[in-house]
Amino acid sequence: MTVASLVALWPRRPGRWLLILPPLLFLVVFFLIPFGLAFKISFADATISIPPFSNLLSVTPDGHYGLTFTFDNYRYLVTDDVYLLSYIFSLRTAFLSTIICLLIGYPMAYAIARAPRSAQTILLLLIILPFWTSFLLRVYALQGIISEHGLLNNLLLALGIIHAPLQIMHTTLAVYIGIVYSYLPFMILPLYATLEKLDGTLLEAAADLGTPPWRAFLEITLPLSMPGIIAGSLLVFIPAIGEFVIPALLGGPDSLMIGRVLWDEFFANHNWPVASAVATAFLLLLVGPIAIYQHYQSKDLAA
Amino acid sequence: MMEARLPWGHVAVLAGGLAFLYFPILVLIAYSFNASALVTVWGGFSAIWYARLLHNSQVLSAALLSLEVGVAATSCAVVLGTLAAAALVRVRRFPGRFLLTGMVHAPLVVPEIITGITLLLLFVSMAQIFGWPRHRGYITLVLAHISFCMAYVVVTVQPRLAGADRALEEAAMDLGASPLRAFMEITLPIISPALISGWLLGLTLSLDDLVISSFVAGPGSSTLPMVIYSKVKLGVSPDMNALASLVIVLVGIGVCCAGWLMRRAEVRRVKERQLAEQG
Repeated sequence: MTVASLVALWPRRPGRWLLILPPLLFLVVFFLIPFGLAFKISFADATISIPPFSNLLSVTPDGHYGLTFTFDNYRYLVTDDVYLLSYIFSLRTAFLSTIICLLIGYPMAYAIARAPRSAQTILLLLIILPFWTSFLLRVYALQGIISEHGLLNNLLLALGIIHAPLQIMHTTLAVYIGIVYSYLPFMILPLYATLEKLDGTLLEAAADLGTPPWRAFLEITLPLSMPGIIAGSLLVFIPAIGEFVIPALLGGPDSLMIGRVLWDEFFANHNWPVASAVATAFLLLLVGPIAIYQHYQSKDLAA
Repeated sequence: MMEARLPWGHVAVLAGGLAFLYFPILVLIAYSFNASALVTVWGGFSAIWYARLLHNSQVLSAALLSLEVGVAATSCAVVLGTLAAAALVRVRRFPGRFLLTGMVHAPLVVPEIITGITLLLLFVSMAQIFGWPRHRGYITLVLAHISFCMAYVVVTVQPRLAGADRALEEAAMDLGASPLRAFMEITLPIISPALISGWLLGLTLSLDDLVISSFVAGPGSSTLPMVIYSKVKLGVSPDMNALASLVIVLVGIGVCCAGWLMRRAEVRRVKERQLAEQG
């Protein structure tokens, strides 16, 4: 950036810096610099010390600066397949949960959008309410239903449908149930927002022209609700992919989601450099593309 | 799109979906009144677990810490978030605008666990270089919570601020008010519903945060979600049912009251505007 362009960008009234600087400085210190640190530490060696990583920059006894860094942490990510497996598992789990949320959420959003206006407000409140209550406690509530001695098993056993308790807790199925249960409201709300705005006269026109309802749905409603589908899917997919609580509480030993691997690397193995490398790679491979996609998506919508 | 009556298919879909969302919570509340210590066997009605909860000092002190952190962090986040939203809405061009936009919205996309790790690295490095913060606890929790609550405050406040009529503020300034005074007395009341919902949203997220808190809290400073997590990890326990029921019911009542109050304020504002236009 040239000096001239910087001057041109400079706000005319200096008082405006009172608006800009506090949040900007806060976020630089507590958001940007921490990421820089993680990036830096991802090139350090793990050591048994406090903090448990080596300094990249060191001063040798004769007064020279030395820079030692290693790519071992990243090499480790590629060679130890637990990282690759958890990456794929996270992607697959988040993707499938998003699809399930869409399949359950779309009909619900559609039904709400078609309900009388007064009922819509109440139905929406009912959808939003669980989101305001504790996420952790709702996952816990689910545990009471699907655990080995939970209500579902007790009920099925009492009805004689099954003779031994179903093992749902601590399986990948439980992780899916947990994610869908927790994030369903995020799918319904944006879907409702687009479906509610949908022009009903288009469907009437289609019906007048003899289009069967299913075709009108596929050719009018579905394409027009695409923005809601995309927004809802991102709102489910993004938190699901980095999810820690659900795989940790409901999942089994094989539900290796990346969030859980990171947690263990940090708290159980105390390998901060490898955890930093996982975090950096995770950001570059997942969050980066999503952020870029969203950036262009919002530009498209604005245009 | 409106129809006089819901087709039965729609009713079935909604009933099924809402049952899925609410059934586990209702079961949890029901079992919190179970006299039996075995969570799965109904032993009669009892409030014993609520009484036990009141004597559990670990849970009580964690709840207090969570509230202190939540109120302090969200209050700071509302101030910083409103400044950021005002900067983004009001100042068209400034160096760092792109950076501020990105950093303000990033916490919505970056997984909590990564934010948690990076913040811990920051606090550890700061302690090493500056000798501060010497202990991780209240202050590190507040700083960490501010940074993620801010994003949600900006998302709620920014559209409201963009929609606020600037002519009113300009009129005030023509009459001699300073820009600060015009903002405080004209625009701030207009955007106050967004500030309140931003504050409530931030508080909810702060009170519920487990992952980031676990990284930045030091030994001896456990927030409520951290205590709950360590207990729940061991399985279903009746006193946690009582705690969960209390939290869910309190939050539910709070949300309904807040929604009702905001609706009433909105209705009053619309009426006042109509009266002003008629008068």
